[in-house]
Amino acid sequence: MIDLATIWAGLLALSVLIYVILDGFDLGIGILYPFFRKGEERSTAMNTVAPVWDGNETWLVLSGGGLLAAFPLAYSIVMSALYVPILAMLFGLIFRGVSFEFRLRDPKHIAIWDAGFFGGSLVATFSQGIVLGAFIQGIEVQGRAYSGGWFDWLTPFSLFTGLSLVFGYAFLGAMWLILRTEGALRARLYRMSMPLMAIVFALVGVVSLWTPFLSPEIFERWFTMPTLLYLLPVPVLAAFLAWRIYVSLKRQIDHWPFPLALGLFILSYAGLGISIFPYVVPRAITVAQAASPDASLGFMLIGAVIFLPLILIYTGYSYWIFRGKVKAGDGYH
Amino acid sequence: METIDATALILARLQFSFTIGVHILFPSFTIGLASYLAVLEGLWLWTGRQVYIRLFKYWIKIFAVVFAMGVVSGIVMSYEFGTNWAVFSDKTGPILGPLLAYEVMSAFFLEAGFLGIMLFGLTKVGKKLHFAATLMVAVGTFFSAFWILSANSWMQTPVGYSINDVGQFVPEDWVQIIFNPSFPYRLMHMVLAAYLTTAFVVGAVGALHLLRDRASEGARVMFSMAMWMAAIVAPIQIGVGDMHGLNTLEYQPAKVAAMEGHFETQKGAPLLLFGIPDMEAEETRYAIGIPKLGSIILTHKVDGELVGLKEFAKEDRPNALILFWAFRLMVGLGTLMALVGLYSLWLRWRGDLYNVPMFHRLAVLMAPAGFIAVLAGWTVTEVGRQPFTVYGLLRTAQSVSPIDAPAVATSLALFVIIYFLVFGFGVYYILRMMNQAPNPGQSPEATTHPTGIDSLISSTPDREQKS
Repeated sequence: MIDLATIWAGLLALSVLIYVILDGFDLGIGILYPFFRKGEERSTAMNTVAPVWDGNETWLVLSGGGLLAAFPLAYSIVMSALYVPILAMLFGLIFRGVSFEFRLRDPKHIAIWDAGFFGGSLVATFSQGIVLGAFIQGIEVQGRAYSGGWFDWLTPFSLFTGLSLVFGYAFLGAMWLILRTEGALRARLYRMSMPLMAIVFALVGVVSLWTPFLSPEIFERWFTMPTLLYLLPVPVLAAFLAWRIYVSLKRQIDHWPFPLALGLFILSYAGLGISIFPYVVPRAITVAQAASPDASLGFMLIGAVIFLPLILIYTGYSYWIFRGKVKAGDGYH
Repeated sequence: METIDATALILARLQFSFTIGVHILFPSFTIGLASYLAVLEGLWLWTGRQVYIRLFKYWIKIFAVVFAMGVVSGIVMSYEFGTNWAVFSDKTGPILGPLLAYEVMSAFFLEAGFLGIMLFGLTKVGKKLHFAATLMVAVGTFFSAFWILSANSWMQTPVGYSINDVGQFVPEDWVQIIFNPSFPYRLMHMVLAAYLTTAFVVGAVGALHLLRDRASEGARVMFSMAMWMAAIVAPIQIGVGDMHGLNTLEYQPAKVAAMEGHFETQKGAPLLLFGIPDMEAEETRYAIGIPKLGSIILTHKVDGELVGLKEFAKEDRPNALILFWAFRLMVGLGTLMALVGLYSLWLRWRGDLYNVPMFHRLAVLMAPAGFIAVLAGWTVTEVGRQPFTVYGLLRTAQSVSPIDAPAVATSLALFVIIYFLVFGFGVYYILRMMNQAPNPGQSPEATTHPTGIDSLISSTPDREQKS
């Protein structure tokens, strides 16, 4: 039976996914920033996301706010358990968010804000990866509160997921820029993309194999019959997408690598979801245990049914307006 | 969990008040500025006068910087409830969470989705659609204020809830929750405060450039518009503030007693103009007041009875020293704003609005008045809610996360350093932009960014001469 709590678990998972792929490529541009030439190349790369970054980041706010609303117990436990990486992420987002405007306002000190854009994106992404890893590996809970220390999140696994996400977002950013730029910048991205792709595939592979060994429960989910058969399409499809990305990069078909890379992200994300469900704090609190009462979930669902389609429409409209290759010097307000 | 570390609690409170205090400055400005930009663009489309689009172009750059700072400091808020106020989040999530989710869905996405078009899209979508985008951003800022003030007001005057078996507040009646008793007053008071804040910033920038060039058309138009706002809105704000105060007296009498520095319950209570409330000694030292006026203002009766702080248990009292002075600061600035607005009417009637440098200097000095008044007012409302997070029901000491003091101390120090650094630069850039004259051809940006609104200005015929 589908209840409101499950619906909200699904909607929140969707919100996080949309955040990851949208802010993923735009954080990725920040991570790749040092590899672009100072001046025009960097401005062009940034201009491909300048009109949309704020909307992309709003999905992070919806994910946080939605978690508070739908699963307040999970929100309070996860946020206090991951105090350090969450705050590090917020600090990183501050630097990169203001850089969009500040670097235009202060051409003399553009280097400071270019560094802020790079450093902020890197710190935010690495922190998000740590949050992800720490979340999957489990959080110590007693009663209705986090009961661990403030460095419990720091493990080889969480550091590894942090690293993986940095490369993952950088890869997504590179695919986005191939779609949106031309000339020397595009050529440079093609040269970078092959080694980047190899690293990402290797990292995703390691995380995928490492995750089941974090707990017998996850292992059982993936490696018992007949679930193994139902889940088999996930890795198979991922391998297929990896092959298609390789081919389209090799043939330099600009519009294919980005959507294919998105597909790969979605599959990896689905794999994580399979490892976690029905928990909202892995192996401690289930969706049902943490859920707000139906009076809250139902009220919010009305809003979601009204607003989410509208949001998708005008967000899509905004992307449509700013579509196409961004030329060097394409303007600002 | 049972024994919350007192140091950790103080640090968590300091961190929250610092981050929210810095954050509120940005929306206070952008709520008003978004509406001002919509008015400017609307007037441009309607009259065709170039000065309006020039001012629009002038202010939208400032808006973009302020908005970016509002976004990044706002994301912090949406996670800080959980990082530092975990118990509060767990207990109030079923009620406050949906209100915040509505804010994100109806306001943040609207603002963010149309901001890109507003900033970059004029040449891509045409004038009318661009104006629609500007309106959407302005509407978004208002929706945002609506939901967040509803949530805040529910914490002040909680209704429409019940408490479940794990101690969470759960909704019984959403209409009651959203339109809780203090919400309409707080919403009106804050939105008007945002308009006033913007009006005094715009007025100060206009005045600054009038002092340099009395003939500057851009400076004249923005100064005139700002002074109209001040003259109309500041007196209304005083009336709304009075209603807000009466509402507070009804629902949070301890807060009002602390604001007034009254420890004893009195009939015909004075209005204290000066005094040092002493929480320990339970008296207001060096009090200088006007007899009976306190009762007249708050009860509209000469001998009306006002409840004093001693009626409340010692551990339930908000800090009167902070409230007393924050309240006086807010009211003093509000009165000053109204006087400036009314004096501008007199000057305007005499035809001297642009000719009195002393008044322009005063207007420049008033630039931060709105921000200071907003901070003072929020100090009154939030410190006045103490020692509770949900008034009368959930204590602040029982709301905090189980985070050790060293962790919170570290994050607080980083917030202070980063905010001063990053937002310090931001404020410097804003001041630098404001220092540029609002005339065409003088802004260096106009030449370095040849596309966008600039090209549109040069492609539309100048109808200025006709009007």
